[in-house]
Amino acid sequence: MKVLFGNERPDRGTIVYDGQPRQIDSPQKAVSLGIGMVYQHFNLAEELSVAENIVVGMEPNSGIFFDKRGAAEVVDRLAEKYGFNVKAEELIRNISVSQKQKVEILKSLYRNSHLIILDEPTAVLTPQETQELFKQLLLLKEGGYTIIFISHKIDEVQAICDRLTIMRAGRVMGTYEVKELTARDISRLMVGRDAVQTIEKPPMEEGGTVLKIRGLSCVDRHGITVLDHVSLDLHAGCILGVAGVEGSGQKELAEILGGLQQPSEGTFELLGRPGNELSIRERRDLGMSYIHEDRMTYGVAREESITENYISTRCDDPDLGGRFLLSGKKEAQLASQLTERFSVHCKSPSVPVKMLSGGNIQKVVVVREMSTNPKVLIASQPTRGIDVGAAETIHKALLAARQGGCAILLVSSDLNEVLELSDRLIVMHGGRITGFFPDVKKLTEEELGLYMLGLAQQSEKELTGLYDDGKGGACTC
Amino acid sequence: MDIASLIFSPTFLATIIRMTTPLLYASLAGIVVAQVGMMNLAIESTMLTAALMGVLFSAWTHSAWLGLLIAVAIGVLMSFVIAYAALVLKADMFMNGVAFNLMMAGGTTFILYVVTGSKGMSSGVMSLTLPTVDIPLLRDIPVLGEVLSGHNVLTYIAVLMAVLMHVFLFKTKLGLRLRMVGQNDSAAESVGINSVRIKILAMCIAGVMAALGGCFMSMGYVSWFQTNMTAGRGFIGMASAALGGNHPLGGALASLLFGTADAVANTASTLNIPSELVRMLPYLVTMIGLVAAAKSAGKMKRKKVDKP
Repeated sequence: MKVLFGNERPDRGTIVYDGQPRQIDSPQKAVSLGIGMVYQHFNLAEELSVAENIVVGMEPNSGIFFDKRGAAEVVDRLAEKYGFNVKAEELIRNISVSQKQKVEILKSLYRNSHLIILDEPTAVLTPQETQELFKQLLLLKEGGYTIIFISHKIDEVQAICDRLTIMRAGRVMGTYEVKELTARDISRLMVGRDAVQTIEKPPMEEGGTVLKIRGLSCVDRHGITVLDHVSLDLHAGCILGVAGVEGSGQKELAEILGGLQQPSEGTFELLGRPGNELSIRERRDLGMSYIHEDRMTYGVAREESITENYISTRCDDPDLGGRFLLSGKKEAQLASQLTERFSVHCKSPSVPVKMLSGGNIQKVVVVREMSTNPKVLIASQPTRGIDVGAAETIHKALLAARQGGCAILLVSSDLNEVLELSDRLIVMHGGRITGFFPDVKKLTEEELGLYMLGLAQQSEKELTGLYDDGKGGACTC
Repeated sequence: MDIASLIFSPTFLATIIRMTTPLLYASLAGIVVAQVGMMNLAIESTMLTAALMGVLFSAWTHSAWLGLLIAVAIGVLMSFVIAYAALVLKADMFMNGVAFNLMMAGGTTFILYVVTGSKGMSSGVMSLTLPTVDIPLLRDIPVLGEVLSGHNVLTYIAVLMAVLMHVFLFKTKLGLRLRMVGQNDSAAESVGINSVRIKILAMCIAGVMAALGGCFMSMGYVSWFQTNMTAGRGFIGMASAALGGNHPLGGALASLLFGTADAVANTASTLNIPSELVRMLPYLVTMIGLVAAAKSAGKMKRKKVDKP
């Protein structure tokens, strides 16, 4: 989509639009061709009015003066025509998210776009707002507009789309008439591994419960429930995989456990202590480590050296120096030891982290988190976007930690990784756990897809296997 | 004479207007740059440079107006250089501004010395001043005429500029685009607005304003240039822009407040109060004003969050 809207350039291939091959090298070019884009994150000026945001750059009437009333009239007329419930005079900061989205659509319409691209438009909407949006999109369709609707929600696609192109990991899996496919077909095409890479792992030696999560929920700032009463137990020496389409609540779950967010409801117990109340520091001191999915923001300080990144979580470690000052020698010792253990490719541990490749940066993060011999490890997307060699090193490290009795919550959208590494697996969709699989080996990808896309949901009873509810009979991870 | 009779005299009110003029220019410069989402620390040095250039060129060209024009051109050039360095060459804008301020603090003295042989004042140069304007009818009204009439032409231009700035920012297409860039430049870019060009334009307008303010100091308020004669007025102007919510009217009111503080300091220094203490007054008022502005901005933000 970025290529189509001129934000990125294709390495190869052509775009044929309106019957002619086109070079779209900037968003302005896309707009002039009649392509409109509505991103998930809106591009609006908060302190300006709806009308001003819509007409800016293409104001009505000639002359140097801005005709505020004229602009408001044009916008009101346009909004009325398509049943959009927005007022031209309102300031953007005073309107709701769904109205902002409508302003973005109106912006495209005002610019005479005939092709409107919507990127996951319903992710920020409540169910009622979604229904309203669908009505308006159908109205636009009747008005002769072409709409590209990007979504991973099958029911939505079935509800309003005519034709469907399924993509998986950057590849087109086929284009179909929506009527020809069942939800099951779509799921089968969307979810799957291209090539199965088996990872050898020794049998699990399960220990006691180290992390108890009960009814954890989270409501985001738009008031949408992104994590919905998740309960589970995590046992020492076991890897519990969390599969799911991205944005199904895994990130929130990991961030709540890691201390970056507070739950709106529910509790968890970390090694017998009430987890919500602990500071991040206390969580780490208890033996928790956290690999955040966004390594450049939360994982490393990119301007600082590898050594400094290593010691960032352990500045107070008495092994590293005296009472006030850090010992450079001891730092260097630790750094070379860790660098060697993970074969981080670098000239020396004193180079800034930003000089490394993505894989090596991730190795720095993982080795740091592992070096404290954690009892609980939250690993979010530990190998995303890195080379195979680095991923293999990290997989081995995760398994080694598991052998050492560490409990690992592995959140990953890499199906191969999550299926091969996990001892047990949960699947999340729309903030809820839709499935729990104590034996990953028995699970087929097709079955997994149904749970990932919310087409199947295990009953409460099946899910109770996930945690010890005090009534006995639980055998969990 | 006691303070009360000093403060309520028409002369004093006229002094307020005189002291406010350069602050208003500086604040307009601050406003237009703030509206485009940037901060120009070099308003101070632009004013100072223009003050000197106005004096020198009015002497060389034997025309006060030509001197003013050249000073304004130099002000624009300086602002353009800063904008170009910051936006195109990606140099840090704050560091750049600080560098310009330091460079021109010394630079103006150096140029003054080279031209006149004096390091303090330009009294050796036969510089010209801009005319004062007596407003017919108004000047005949008692008190009011004394307060409002007979000011330098640049004072009246300052008021005109404040009005024009308001019209420009809020009534023209270009003004709308400028504010759009200031609030969300990627949104502006996505509708085909060249944000770099708009930012450079705003900086150049700020250059004009700052230069006019500087010229008022050396060609209206007094008729000579003196080392560091702007004495932080560029910064106070920026403060009044912030205090006035980056709005021309608000900026004018804030400038008036600071101008009053300046006038009080000026008048009180003739009394038996230590002048160093009184000289602190305008800056103290600035600080209090900025804290007040930050407080009210914070309140507005909290209100925003409270909304569902």
